[in-house]
Amino acid sequence: MNQIKDRQEAIIEEFSMLDSNMEMALNYIIELGEELPVFPEEERVDENIVKGCQSKVWLTASFTDGHILYKADSNTAITRGLVSLLVRVLNQSSPQDVINAEIYFPKHIEMDRFIGTQRSNGFASMTKQMKMYAVAFLAKQGA
Amino acid sequence: MEVTTHDIDIQSLRKRFPVLNQKVNGKPLIYFDNAASSQTVDTVVKSLIEFYEKDHANIHRGIHTLAERSTKKFEETRESVRYFINSSEADEVIFTKGTTESINLVAHSWGSVNLKEKDEIILSQIEHHSNIVPWQLIAQKTGAKIKVIPINDRGELIIEEYEKLLSPKTRLVAFNYISNSLGTINPAKEIVTLANEVEAVTLIDAAQAAPHTKIDVQDLNCDFLAFSGHKMYGPTGVGILYGRREILEAIPPYQGGGEMIKDVSFGGTSYNDIPYKFEAGTPNIGEVIAFKSAVDFINELGHPVIESHENELLRYATNKLSALEGFIPIGTAKNKASVISFLIEGIHAYDLGQFLDAKGIAARTGHHCTQPLMEYLGIDGTVRVSFSVYNTKEEIDIFINALKNIISKLR
Repeated sequence: MNQIKDRQEAIIEEFSMLDSNMEMALNYIIELGEELPVFPEEERVDENIVKGCQSKVWLTASFTDGHILYKADSNTAITRGLVSLLVRVLNQSSPQDVINAEIYFPKHIEMDRFIGTQRSNGFASMTKQMKMYAVAFLAKQGA
Repeated sequence: MEVTTHDIDIQSLRKRFPVLNQKVNGKPLIYFDNAASSQTVDTVVKSLIEFYEKDHANIHRGIHTLAERSTKKFEETRESVRYFINSSEADEVIFTKGTTESINLVAHSWGSVNLKEKDEIILSQIEHHSNIVPWQLIAQKTGAKIKVIPINDRGELIIEEYEKLLSPKTRLVAFNYISNSLGTINPAKEIVTLANEVEAVTLIDAAQAAPHTKIDVQDLNCDFLAFSGHKMYGPTGVGILYGRREILEAIPPYQGGGEMIKDVSFGGTSYNDIPYKFEAGTPNIGEVIAFKSAVDFINELGHPVIESHENELLRYATNKLSALEGFIPIGTAKNKASVISFLIEGIHAYDLGQFLDAKGIAARTGHHCTQPLMEYLGIDGTVRVSFSVYNTKEEIDIFINALKNIISKLR
């Protein structure tokens, strides 16, 4: 759980260095998106699309040794960067930790200021989808 | 007489729009989202303040001085709009809260008593949702069918195909004068004339046209015409519906309430005359009164001057954009208003829009409330810039440089 908190704190610190400059923040988000591992072409299918996003976001998750591994991609550079932040925060965590996680870094970095309300709603959909995977893995684990 | 952009003292004119004089994200604001909503001219703002500070009272009901004053001013706007669209009488001008409500009013009031199963409504491929969904709602209730006028590669309506759709079953043809997504200026008079040949009722969505081009409802010979105040330098919450008297008199009210009645008893109610029959409840009085100043502003400048300036900006921006590598124009109609929808190869429209905003440039991204058109074109959306009378070539230069910078970053 602390791991999720620590990662969020790290993001908040990184963004604080951008001095609330919107263009710099967008550039940084795009750079982060470019670092996402290549998303497998065969998984770029409709059932992996996150509903509620303006642009297309593909999200998958696998479960190994008690930890979740998320993979994600988007057809827009900014959204790819945004989803990469969530992957960074929640990856390699236990399902229970993901379910319990409070995602507070968007508010601290004033994300809605530079991505707008609609995209912020999309971000909430991505978070929800990641938690849904965790719920499913937890159920499977308990079964 | 040929009009040139030199006929406008652009710097003085810009001072009348204080909102333009600000920084957004640390950069001077460049407002290129005029097709969604234009900025408000200073006299409109002044009129709004004056109303709330001096004249505020409900209209048509009191005998006291303030009520008389506000009623008089409210009706002066009606007369001003009558002149603006050249309708033969002010009673044919109904105030609503926007183009959307105007169209819903017609769909509901006219449609509910004039449409039946197998009747046909003709719309076009390039309609705004506000000129699609109200017709779908009434079609579902009445069993009427919707037919769609297709477009060619330039985004122009194919009139020959429209003619094929027309038949004795056609009860109504509803179309936009100017497309909000593509900027296409439709041959409105020709479309109405053809509809009249099969005795179909016509409705023109003139939301984009009203600020740009002279509208003459008698010359167009349409039955209904709708537009909004906020796209013509006026306040939000003011819509206009022009309707031909004999049709307005024959159709039932849209909403019930105060103002729209003659006598009310539990045994039955008789309705007021037009236009009041369609203006139930307290309208946006202050905004309607202030809207007159917007109409005055356009009249004082004159549509020829406005059109000329905007066309010059359209030509200038189109040339500059066309020189950019990967520029894909969406909508290249021969007759086009100052709206440019486009994509840049390999870059998502949302990314472009977000970066433009970071550079202080307000552009629109998305489907522009024309999802059927976007689906037809096979795209998610576009970036749209739309110019108004207060925009300048210098702003376009800044926009083009910003775009070049963004493209180099995102490619």
